[in-house]
Amino acid sequence: MRLEARAVTKRYGAHTALDGAAFSTGDDARVIALLGPSGGGKSTLLRVLGCLLVPEEGGITLDGRALPHDEDGALIERRGNGFVFQGYNLFPHLTALQNITLPLREVHGMTATQATQRALELLHRLGLQGHEHKRPSQLSGGQQQRAAIARALAPKPRLLLLDEPTSALDPVMTGEVLDVIRELAEAGQSILLATHEISFARKVADWVVFLAAGQVQESSPAAAFFTQPKTELARQYLEGLSKYR
Amino acid sequence: MLVKSTPQTPRALWAVLMLLGLSAGLYAMFLAVDYRWNWSGVWKYRAQFGIGWLTTLGLSLAAMLVSVLLGFVLMLGCRARREPLRMLSGGVVVLVRGSPLLVQLLIGYYIIAEALHLGQPMLVGIVLLGAFHAAYLAEIFRGAVESIGASQLEAARAVGFDKAQTYRFVIIPQALRRALPGTTGQLVSLLKDSSLLSVIGIEELVQKVKVMNAASYAPLEGYLPLAAAYLIVTLPLAHLARRLERRFAYET
Repeated sequence: MRLEARAVTKRYGAHTALDGAAFSTGDDARVIALLGPSGGGKSTLLRVLGCLLVPEEGGITLDGRALPHDEDGALIERRGNGFVFQGYNLFPHLTALQNITLPLREVHGMTATQATQRALELLHRLGLQGHEHKRPSQLSGGQQQRAAIARALAPKPRLLLLDEPTSALDPVMTGEVLDVIRELAEAGQSILLATHEISFARKVADWVVFLAAGQVQESSPAAAFFTQPKTELARQYLEGLSKYR
Repeated sequence: MLVKSTPQTPRALWAVLMLLGLSAGLYAMFLAVDYRWNWSGVWKYRAQFGIGWLTTLGLSLAAMLVSVLLGFVLMLGCRARREPLRMLSGGVVVLVRGSPLLVQLLIGYYIIAEALHLGQPMLVGIVLLGAFHAAYLAEIFRGAVESIGASQLEAARAVGFDKAQTYRFVIIPQALRRALPGTTGQLVSLLKDSSLLSVIGIEELVQKVKVMNAASYAPLEGYLPLAAAYLIVTLPLAHLARRLERRFAYET
């Protein structure tokens, strides 16, 4: 896919999260990593690209098609995407299985049988057999995040958007979740990933968008970015992150 | 047979002891003021008592239904995107909560209902009582709904729910549990406030008891069964609410 952002500005009250962010990827980018320091606008840009937020100014085109700015259009667009958040954001009053089947039935029009079948297939593929009927509070962080990934994947999204999916997890659970994401990437899923896991991004991403202070500093093929970052800021960022790993 | 001591036994024992203590205390007080009982005088009016109890029960249940539905609508109004709607709902809540029910009943029945040619005191009473408590419930519901975190709302948007689906599948199921304790208290208040409806000519339980006491020259006899008649409804209500709370319990 080809993602393009033109002068995207997004404010929260007095705080400007994105300040005229602009970039474009190559025509066949498939796994795009959003990198950069905390507070630089990664999460906001990810939400704008996934139509979870509508920017005040500027616009996004996906394979040449402009993304809608109105709430109804954004809803339809969102329904074609899958989201995974840092804090899992499962529905606490539903079991892992129900978390997946409810949107399948209510949003994507599946029958209860179809939805359950699809949900079980994914839960098993993501190593959650035996946990189908547990509520989120009865699952570990890694299990919750895998259930959240299953929920995002269930309607077969065109684009899977992951916002720092491992930032709240310990190293063992981080490994579990990254394994799942790598398998998805290798199976051909289009992915947009905001992360601090630099060595993981190096392994799976084919395009990198580097953000700081609400602006895109650099947008390059992953191989070029990791070997020869164009900006000083990106070079320092990579150096700082790889110091202890 | 061996009697096993379950955790239930001491609780039940304590309850009986406390009840006995309370009764003995009350009895002693009545004795101290040298109260002369006259039960036979009020016993004659037991049928009237029963009718009054059923009236109170029926109109309170109807008013509870009105208050929950109207409270929900007012809560939605207070959260509406359009400002006039928010102002209207917020204004109704503040005015109704801030003024005495007695005044609302008198103005509502003798002026407003009269002007609109609504002759039914029962119907008007149910609506007025329900509306009064709806204002309180609207705030209880609003608190519960607004306690649902932004991340849950974002998750609902992310899975593609529209606004109505977000309320139905995410907000209401989670807010219900948080609103339950406050709502129960409000419904108990409603039941007790129903006694004020005598000012618009409804012969509910308290009014019946006043008439009964006056007719039988018994100053207080009617009031003890009156308290019992209210407790028969309010205690199971509280019990039911606690059971519902447990059923909806889950960790967040």
